[in-house]
Amino acid sequence: MMNLGPDPALVVRAQALSKTYQAGALAVPALREASFTIERGSLVAFVGPSGSGKSTLLNMVGCLDHPSSGKLEVLGTDVASLDRRAAADFRGANLGFIFQDFNLIPVLSAAENIEYPLLMVQNRPPAERRARVMELLEAVGMREQAGKRPDQLSGGQKQRVAVARALASRAKLVLADEPTANLDHDTAYRILGLMKKMRDESGTTFVFSTHDPKIVNEAEVVLTLEDGRLVGNEAKRHG
Amino acid sequence: MAKVLWLAARNLARYWRRTLLTSGLIILGVVAVLLFIAVSGSFKGLIVGQITDSMLGHLQLHRRGYVASIDNLPLNLNMKPQAVAAADKALGADPAVVAWSPRLKFGAMFSNFTETTSIRLNGVLPEREAAAMPMLARRVVQGSVASGLLERGKVLVPEILARGMKLKPGDTVVLVATNLDGSVNGQTFVVQGVLGDVTGPGGRDGYVHLEDARQLLRMTEAEVSEIAVRLKDLGLLPQAKARLEEAVSGLRNPQGESVLQVHGWDQLSPFANIARMIDLLDVFIRVMLVGIVLIAVMNVMIMAVYERIREIGMIAAIGTPPRRILALFLAEGALLGLAGTLIGVVLSLAAVHALNVWPVHFTFGRDQQLVLAPSLAAGDALVVGAIVVVMAILASLQPAWKAARMDPITALRHV
Repeated sequence: MMNLGPDPALVVRAQALSKTYQAGALAVPALREASFTIERGSLVAFVGPSGSGKSTLLNMVGCLDHPSSGKLEVLGTDVASLDRRAAADFRGANLGFIFQDFNLIPVLSAAENIEYPLLMVQNRPPAERRARVMELLEAVGMREQAGKRPDQLSGGQKQRVAVARALASRAKLVLADEPTANLDHDTAYRILGLMKKMRDESGTTFVFSTHDPKIVNEAEVVLTLEDGRLVGNEAKRHG
Repeated sequence: MAKVLWLAARNLARYWRRTLLTSGLIILGVVAVLLFIAVSGSFKGLIVGQITDSMLGHLQLHRRGYVASIDNLPLNLNMKPQAVAAADKALGADPAVVAWSPRLKFGAMFSNFTETTSIRLNGVLPEREAAAMPMLARRVVQGSVASGLLERGKVLVPEILARGMKLKPGDTVVLVATNLDGSVNGQTFVVQGVLGDVTGPGGRDGYVHLEDARQLLRMTEAEVSEIAVRLKDLGLLPQAKARLEEAVSGLRNPQGESVLQVHGWDQLSPFANIARMIDLLDVFIRVMLVGIVLIAVMNVMIMAVYERIREIGMIAAIGTPPRRILALFLAEGALLGLAGTLIGVVLSLAAVHALNVWPVHFTFGRDQQLVLAPSLAAGDALVVGAIVVVMAILASLQPAWKAARMDPITALRHV
């Protein structure tokens, strides 16, 4: 059995991680005995067909769901033991999220969407918020669109804002559920390039789920899931 | 808190048509309640003012048992000089009392030499009565009160009687009264003026000088039937009544009961029941406002939560604390209520101002051309505003609680 101890080089350590959902009297296993680690600053893809368990795994790593059994340590914290409020605090302090449908707040501008976690989650002072938002708008190339609302932005621009929002609170780990699913290939590659750039600049670890093989090639580590089992853990080299 | 309010305001602006409709409903409710309070308050004030300032006074002192038999005007239940002195002493010492007027009330036969009818009369000391009843002189619709409300040997005749018997100032009439011993005495009087009728007890009584009344009744002692008291302010009535009851309680009958009783105007006039009905209607209309706000705001907030499930899932996922999500939706409800209240109060003030610029006349009983002068007290606006905001928050509580407790995964999967 793997002994979970502090290791600053790892952001995620999972041991025999399982998740079973109850559908009435029927027990539906979504994840079975998955063990893996994720290194700090890596770009990791969970891949597999629909229903393979990648979203379940992403949700557990994102402290949105609890494992049915096994151990899960994120950034040195045993997240399986966190209650609802503690999990929210943990997410707010350490994690960033990027969603397939962008999930920007429609009444807020691009800049305000990026500012949201600093304002409503981390209670940062106004001057710090402004500086951080400008820095991120610059980094994701959205400075010119700072005042535009989501309905005035293209899909790629929305996802750039979402990436900036995920990084606004200086998250150590960003989780992205199918971040390129609603984008054309060129835009998808640009978003992945942006994630890499942000990873290189800030050292943030990016973990995303996808079933698009072309996008998978951009990842440095690929964890492959089938029927809830982790069937592959492949580290790649990129030039 | 400011940032929560800021975001709540932005969210309300998102569905501006719905926000406008709901606010409109709240505004309508606030205006209805405040206008009702202003107009009914004015109506009550007008009628109560007429009753207290021209007939009853704010409160009255009687001998025990007199009020129970007041329709018979019982001479055997008059206050004796000792009781009158005790009352005078208590009234003189009370800081809320500005004037009081002793009255001798009796029934008499009234004749113009061709017709005879009955009349209820008040024997009064004119200066004291004028001080205690400042609106009485204004009721004189014919004749003059320039040389005083009432001169010796003269009578103020109620309008209904003057019209029926075709009397005018200067005419001579005969008053015939039966005294306590059962003997009858008659005396001629000159009509000094005609009194306009007002609704309520004593509203169709005539007036003679107190000394003339005692002479007509062959009264040997300085008895009075009642003492009408004017206070500095009607609002002081409960405290003043309690103090006077205490002050005159030393004078007791053989049964150990206080000889004198103190009655507020509301115990003597049936209009008090109408005033209570108005107060009850006021409560009903406030309850309706509560219902309007509850239903309108709850409807909007339930819709708001339902339509923003994915957004709630996102803000929960990125770590927004549940209490802040709760506060966000409560703030939206509170802002709806606050906006409705503020606009409603402004519109109500404008409507009240308009009612004062273009006054509304109305008739109450035989009183015609009464003019409403509604006013809106800051306290009423504050109370109504507080009701609306508190109800709006309460109405938002369930949807806000639901939003705060939402599971992020389920919410993010919502289509």
